[in-house]
Amino acid sequence: MSRVIRAIAEPVSAGVLSLGMLAALLAVSGYPVGEALAALWRGAFGSWSVLASGTLVRATPLLFAGLAVSVAFRAGILNIGAEGQLLMGATAAAAVAVTLPASAGVVGLLLALVAGVLAGGAWASVAGVLRQRFGVLEVISTIMLNVVALHVTGLLVRGPLQEPTRTFPQSALLDAALRLPRLLPGTRLHAGVAVAVVCALGLAWFLRTTAPGFRLRMTGANPRAAASAGRIDVARVSLLAFVASGALAGLGGAVEVTGVTFALYENLSPGYGYTAIAVALLARLNPVSAIGSALVFGALEAGASAMQRDAQVPAGMVGVVEAGVILVLVASEWVGRRAGRGGPLNRGGTPRSDPAGPSDTEPPSPTSAPQLSAT
Amino acid sequence: MSSVAPRLALDAIKRHYGPVIALDGAALHVAPGEVHALLGENGAGKSTLMKIAYGLEQPDSGTLRVDGTTVTIRSPRAAMAFGIGMVQQHFALVDAMTVAENVALGGSAHLDLRATAQRIRAISADSGLPIDPGAMVRDLPVGAQQRVEIIKALARDARTLILDEPTAVLAPQEAAELLAWTRRFAEGGGTVVLIAHKLREVLRVADRVTVLRRGRTVFTARAAEVTEVTLADAMLGEAERSPVIGVVSDNRPAMSDANAVLVLSDVTVRDDGGVVRLRGATVSVRAGEIIGVAAIEGSGQRELLRVMAGRLQPTTGRATVPTEVGFVPEDRHRDALVLDATLTENVALRGAATRRGILPWASLERDTTALMASRDVRARDATAVIRTLSGGNQQKLVLGRELAGSPSALVVENPTRGLDIRATGDVHAALRGARAGGTAVVIYSSDLDEILALANRVIVVAGGTVHEVGMDRDQVGRAMLAAGS
Repeated sequence: MSRVIRAIAEPVSAGVLSLGMLAALLAVSGYPVGEALAALWRGAFGSWSVLASGTLVRATPLLFAGLAVSVAFRAGILNIGAEGQLLMGATAAAAVAVTLPASAGVVGLLLALVAGVLAGGAWASVAGVLRQRFGVLEVISTIMLNVVALHVTGLLVRGPLQEPTRTFPQSALLDAALRLPRLLPGTRLHAGVAVAVVCALGLAWFLRTTAPGFRLRMTGANPRAAASAGRIDVARVSLLAFVASGALAGLGGAVEVTGVTFALYENLSPGYGYTAIAVALLARLNPVSAIGSALVFGALEAGASAMQRDAQVPAGMVGVVEAGVILVLVASEWVGRRAGRGGPLNRGGTPRSDPAGPSDTEPPSPTSAPQLSAT
Repeated sequence: MSSVAPRLALDAIKRHYGPVIALDGAALHVAPGEVHALLGENGAGKSTLMKIAYGLEQPDSGTLRVDGTTVTIRSPRAAMAFGIGMVQQHFALVDAMTVAENVALGGSAHLDLRATAQRIRAISADSGLPIDPGAMVRDLPVGAQQRVEIIKALARDARTLILDEPTAVLAPQEAAELLAWTRRFAEGGGTVVLIAHKLREVLRVADRVTVLRRGRTVFTARAAEVTEVTLADAMLGEAERSPVIGVVSDNRPAMSDANAVLVLSDVTVRDDGGVVRLRGATVSVRAGEIIGVAAIEGSGQRELLRVMAGRLQPTTGRATVPTEVGFVPEDRHRDALVLDATLTENVALRGAATRRGILPWASLERDTTALMASRDVRARDATAVIRTLSGGNQQKLVLGRELAGSPSALVVENPTRGLDIRATGDVHAALRGARAGGTAVVIYSSDLDEILALANRVIVVAGGTVHEVGMDRDQVGRAMLAAGS
């Protein structure tokens, strides 16, 4: 029970916290606080239409990439490369979709999505192999690969994938038959949001109940014990986690191309893969909570553009707030560890067959994955 | 009490960590020029009390006096100013630096390595602690690293040394040398507080003994006036005296004729750097026997045990190891347990590599609950996080997990290190039970008495080679040192 409450309460409190920080920042910078926040609210939740076309559409890639980061961190892998993996997924999906004839229809759409999954997984596996073969830190290699991915995309949209008129650095528009169906007529809300939610629930189930999910969590929490006591092939588990993480981000990119932009261009992602780290941390690496935290950040991003338009407040202000939230999260983890409790990153789901068990103590948690703050 | 003010006096010390009361009015009076042993079970508060004396921890209340003057010690630096030094269980040395650099570290702002090396040589000669100031710490054996720690303290003019379980990491001969050294240090006017758990050792070397139980001082006396039994009674409370005190070899069942279940023939292991760690080892272990492995740290016993446990593949040679062999490694926090996971998850870890599909959590939890009952593992329930358990309970869970399903072989490495007397007794009983049940058991312990008390046969690893020796303390001790160089 308490877990459910917690899963809801944390994103909500983070939302309140970030609004508070934003208000303070606006006041200090001399902007009209009330007007700006009202614009932010209108831009994020003001009507069904902005909620669907703005917040939910923004939250979808954040959720995919947030899940990608979560699964990697739970396996003890600091994948900072969701941005590049998402971009490669988008590129592969676009390449497949513009090549296929419109008659490919739903099959073509599925092929494009699969291409995105494969490309994202393959891109992440580069960092995985580098780590295993040569001991290259994935924090470094994944960031580097983000830059490479950006330039690969840039090259392709000026070369082989450029639109037929050869004027703009972008691909041709996807045929309507190869686009994700709309969920709500008259809005930009597409079926990808449902796919993302299914992925979140599926990932939670996978980690909590299945044998490979258990191996992944144990490997992340203590690779030595996983290898010695569990006789788990931790190198293999880590590599698979790299691939799974990249695949989720790649799917996010493919969904973005087939559901939102309908064409590939360089700046397809306004840093979804980086904000995803905050999404995952706020959710304490719990895939179900990530749905809530993706919504919080999706709302902030959607609201930011409205705030810029209506109150002339630079949208970058919201970026400052997002970074602030990450700092608060990392600090609270550190405080938690000092107080002898596991930090937020040390918590997560776990099998419990007695739902009525004592709820004062936090349910165990297999992840101690990456420690973001120094002890 | 003598008329001389105690060198170090702690009175009515209280300290709590959250809800846990570590010290509840503990007292300790150490006279100048004595070796004072501080005894108690795990968690009795020995280390906490000494960390307070050394300024690493602050008491909630209580008084601290040095040479009769009430003082407050806020940091190790402050303790040093009063001539108090401490060697902790886990050494605070920088592996990649030389002895001289380590000693200079944290000293005065002016770094003069040549002068430091001179000073180390002088202290080394004075104190009879041989050390090479130019040696790299990582190349030194544990015993020498410990000497570096002591010299570090002496170089800062420590006249009172607190040693936290110094013999736990040493081979018997090294331990005897260190204890003899503490006597000489005391006779030369120094003062030693020795945190210890081996009662026999304590009685041989200490002038006085203080016993803590549950954060209180329950007993203090001259060592000459007490026996091992008195001390054990004081540590455990009269009613709970363990039968393992003053270990005598128990009546072992006759060795069975069953076939060997664990066989190594001509096994050689090279480490990643190509260094030979184990050379031509041939060992066979039969069902229903306990083989003791005796070795000085770093002799190749680590590799031998891991080959026997199927956790390490021999570089050459053949190892026949049953697939379901149980393994209890020495460092349970690092190698045996996932501390932030539940008891159930830690039990499920065994065999996790070969499981498929959905794990049967409900039945795993029932198995864990049953295991807790049969092995006397005390925890809230099977969903408790293993970090919250005491070391003894964690170890009982590990042992229970590895013995579940009566494996045909079990390899254990220092299975009672860091455990109190009662938990040690439980672990020994479990190992004897496994033998009685037909399991082939291999035990390595750095405590030779433990090996001799449990084993049917003893093999010694020295310098990477394995020999079988007789069940005789001196013979084993000599073999451990032989070929070692």
